[in-house]
Amino acid sequence: MAVPVIETRDLVKTYVLGGQEVQALRGVSLVIGKGEYVAVMGPSGSGKSTFLNLIGCLDTPTAGLYRLDGTDVSALPAENLAQVRNRKIGFVFQGFNLLPRLNALQNVEMPLLYSGTNRRDWRRLAEERLAAVGLAERSHHLPSQLSGGQQQRVAIARALVNTPALILADEPTGALDSRTGEEIMGIFERLNAEGITIVLVTHEHDIARCARRILSFRDGVLVRDENVDRRSPMGRGPTEPGIGAASPVGTGLGAP
Amino acid sequence: MNLYINGRIAVAALRVNKLRSVLTMLGIIIGVAAVIVMVGVGAGAQARVEEQIRLLGSNLIVVMSGSVNQGGARAGQGTQWTISEDDAIAIQTELESIVAAAPNVRGQVQIVHGNLNWGTAVIGATPEFFEVRDWQLESGRALEVEDVRDIERVAWLGQTVLTNLFPDEDPVGLTVRIRNTPFIIAGTLVGKGQSGQGQDQDDIIVVPLSTAKKKLLGRPPADPRVVASITVKVAAGASMISAEEHIRDLLRDRHQLQAFQEDDFILRNLAEIMRTQEASSKVLALLLAAVASVSLLVGGIGIMNIMLVSVTERTREIGLRMAVGARGRDVLSQFLVEAVLLSLLGGGIGVLLGLAGSAGIGHFAGWRVLIEPSSVLLSFGFAGLIGVFFGFYPARQAAALDPIVALRRD
Repeated sequence: MAVPVIETRDLVKTYVLGGQEVQALRGVSLVIGKGEYVAVMGPSGSGKSTFLNLIGCLDTPTAGLYRLDGTDVSALPAENLAQVRNRKIGFVFQGFNLLPRLNALQNVEMPLLYSGTNRRDWRRLAEERLAAVGLAERSHHLPSQLSGGQQQRVAIARALVNTPALILADEPTGALDSRTGEEIMGIFERLNAEGITIVLVTHEHDIARCARRILSFRDGVLVRDENVDRRSPMGRGPTEPGIGAASPVGTGLGAP
Repeated sequence: MNLYINGRIAVAALRVNKLRSVLTMLGIIIGVAAVIVMVGVGAGAQARVEEQIRLLGSNLIVVMSGSVNQGGARAGQGTQWTISEDDAIAIQTELESIVAAAPNVRGQVQIVHGNLNWGTAVIGATPEFFEVRDWQLESGRALEVEDVRDIERVAWLGQTVLTNLFPDEDPVGLTVRIRNTPFIIAGTLVGKGQSGQGQDQDDIIVVPLSTAKKKLLGRPPADPRVVASITVKVAAGASMISAEEHIRDLLRDRHQLQAFQEDDFILRNLAEIMRTQEASSKVLALLLAAVASVSLLVGGIGIMNIMLVSVTERTREIGLRMAVGARGRDVLSQFLVEAVLLSLLGGGIGVLLGLAGSAGIGHFAGWRVLIEPSSVLLSFGFAGLIGVFFGFYPARQAAALDPIVALRRD
């Protein structure tokens, strides 16, 4: 078996809020393989955001192990985590988070600033990624001159620019109307078909069902890990035996 | 992540808030401009004093007739001439550290040449005068001992007199009339410019001491040997203070003054007077420089303030940059570069303004302003340092942000 993109073991995160300890995540173990398309669901306070922060290397676990792309990153200092984020993870946010004064191309280039990539290659790389999301002819538009869907596509291009091992999308369609949302999901679908691993956080079941596998969180634990029943399953993302699966494949969340 | 990238980000950020950036820079602009002008004015004043000392002769002591005590009434300084040519000879011959002692008398006369006339100061002098005052001839011959001995009617003209009486001819050999006495022009003096007190030193004619006493002074003194003053040149490297002491002892001895009697002469050290002036102008410049540095300090605080605002405003941007891989030090350097750029830009504008202001003061107030490249560089560099110093805290605040928190901030 190839090295999994994400491997967590007994991941625990405890916050201290007003003198009280809050256990946001209480032992999550799972494996996400290369090329998987995973949706993370759960009500607010379920720990899914904490989980996303941890696997996005924005935060470090209180206890437990996290291997990203084969490397243990659970105890790395902040400086190294920044580099890991830069090289291995592409973030897509609900609010797009584009810098308003930079045009599409410059926004896409931004992660390259911190990657040590030769400056001569920046433009070419950014243009390639913009073309990949169908925005080649909009590269000199400012975010304010782009529609919401186009802005999110710029954000996706930015997430892709360093050819990361993993795309982390946090409610990527949350700020979009449903048609544009579908458009964005279409892009994720295509990227996944090209072999890119995607982890998507959402609270919409329709969106979650675009993925191959759904992880459900509640009260800081993974309560369900299921494969999505598809008419033409692509054979990706089988649940690893013995790891963190709280319920068998194919239950809950209704039939498609 | 390098300076170029950070510089580009900083320029973009500063251009977003042009007015705010300019206002923030104002303190630095004013501070740097003020420093440059003040240092320029101070250096100009100092250079002027130094030049005056050099033109005057750097190590001169002037002996003037002092007050005399006549039956208990002390007459004022110079009311009666109490020093003589013999005193001058004694000073020059008996004291080792003295190069030359030039006795002179002074008066005010009207000179006539053809249909032109000019009122000027006349100095009755001996050959030592030229040596003591370091005064070169522009043309003609030198004043000789024989001229004094034979009471020759010859005169040397200063530049101002020259231009007023002989606008376009060579005067040497021509005759002018002073107090109805014809004088032959024996030579002309090179220009010396203004003295420390703003007097035109070139508005002068020099005649032999004996001639001046006999023909030009309204009422010749009772004692034909007395003079108004003796200008003494001290050897280079010799102590002015001990030279002064020696002259005082010698003259008191020659004038047979008892220990209880006051000096009947006055000693003045010109270089000292000027150095006092120089010191006071330096104090003034220093004071103004202190004010200017307060302005720089306030400007620095302004930069710090606006950078803190900027960090708060751009929290999301910082969060995003961190999420996509900016390390703490990348964010730190980004904001530090922005602060330094702000202060250097202010410093640059301040330098230009300071140079313009110095030129303006030089032109309109007529002061000499001396701009030294080192002072420009120093104040510019200081502005940069202020940027680093006051930019560091906000930049560190930015770098210490938690990307998770920063991303969620609205």
